[in-house]
Amino acid sequence: MGQHSENISKSKLWGGGGSPFRISYGKQWMWMFLVSDALTFGSLLTAYGFARHSADSWPIGEETFNAMPFLGNGYPLLYVALMTFILIVSSVTMVLAVEAGHRKDKKGVAKWLLLTVVGGVFFVSSQAWEWYHFIHGTHYGSVLTAEGWAVVEYLNGGKDLILKFGKGVIVDGATAQSLFDGATATMQGANLIENEYAPEVPQYANFFFFITGFHGFHVFSGVVFNLIVYINVVRGVYDERGHFEMVEKVGLYWHFVDLVWVFVFTFFYLV
Amino acid sequence: MERDDLINDHEYSLLANHDEEHGKAIRKKIWQVTLILTIITVVEVSTGAFIKQYYDGIANDYWWLIKWSFIILTIVKAGYIVLVFMHLGDERKNFKWVILGPYLLFIAYLIFICLSEAADYLSPMIDVISP
Repeated sequence: MGQHSENISKSKLWGGGGSPFRISYGKQWMWMFLVSDALTFGSLLTAYGFARHSADSWPIGEETFNAMPFLGNGYPLLYVALMTFILIVSSVTMVLAVEAGHRKDKKGVAKWLLLTVVGGVFFVSSQAWEWYHFIHGTHYGSVLTAEGWAVVEYLNGGKDLILKFGKGVIVDGATAQSLFDGATATMQGANLIENEYAPEVPQYANFFFFITGFHGFHVFSGVVFNLIVYINVVRGVYDERGHFEMVEKVGLYWHFVDLVWVFVFTFFYLV
Repeated sequence: MERDDLINDHEYSLLANHDEEHGKAIRKKIWQVTLILTIITVVEVSTGAFIKQYYDGIANDYWWLIKWSFIILTIVKAGYIVLVFMHLGDERKNFKWVILGPYLLFIAYLIFICLSEAADYLSPMIDVISP
């Protein structure tokens, strides 16, 4: 981007008649919007950190999110890693669209932008599936035993009962069976009041719904913006204008959505 | 109504156009960054899959190391996205500071105050309420 390395004297730069940042109005205010949006996401994630640090225990991401579509359980974090990868790739196709725009290569822009939309749609659909799975819960839910809440699971084709008490404590065999038989309460799935993944920290599900939901809505909006710009590209609107800056502006928004997900992925799933 | 913003835009927007040769160098950089981001994600996920936070109720003594490496890798990823994909690295220095300076200041303070309040104040309270 050649124009940014230009040498301009300070008096000329701040002397009026042009942007001292040497950047267009639209791009500058897209950045300003993104800063404010980043503060919102930053606050949400910090609130999540506040709740997590003040709670006695917290569910482990790879135990809660271990399902794959069509394959069932036992794949810790694999699907969400795939979702993350798809979102990163859609960010890459977006920069390629911007780069093609700087060469006024209309066909290139259209191709990469369409691929970006496809990646975004895949991500939003995956999130819908993950929400469905999270709300619906595992097959057997959680039970309140004499030793506290435990997630119920059956190994070896439904024969061997195991109870997962969190912090990696797993009970099996006859002990598990007697604890299971003496259970006084059960919980299945997740909602805003209770969740089977962490019966003692109900706010866990609230944070999951709020943060991934807010992010998911951003992805959805991004897909809509990209689609509108794609239609404009195909109709030749930007050829007429002489530059494809609109692609760059929606691109900034799209990369921001990817950027937020990088942090959500780390703090909600990995750590 | 005539849109004056579009007219002002043209000067800067047209300057951003480049030729095929320049484009080649930019595309090469994009693919390099893609590779780096992919490798970091694979490393993160496999670390998370093989190293556990708890082994049978006993906390992993080295989990803090894993946790911090996750956080550092995430910041590296974020840096590549913001500086290369969003081209902030190519903008003028004054603009970089306008975007990053206030944000980092606010967030650093927010993280500090929330996490220290949570750990030092709230958790002893919870212990009292539900022993």
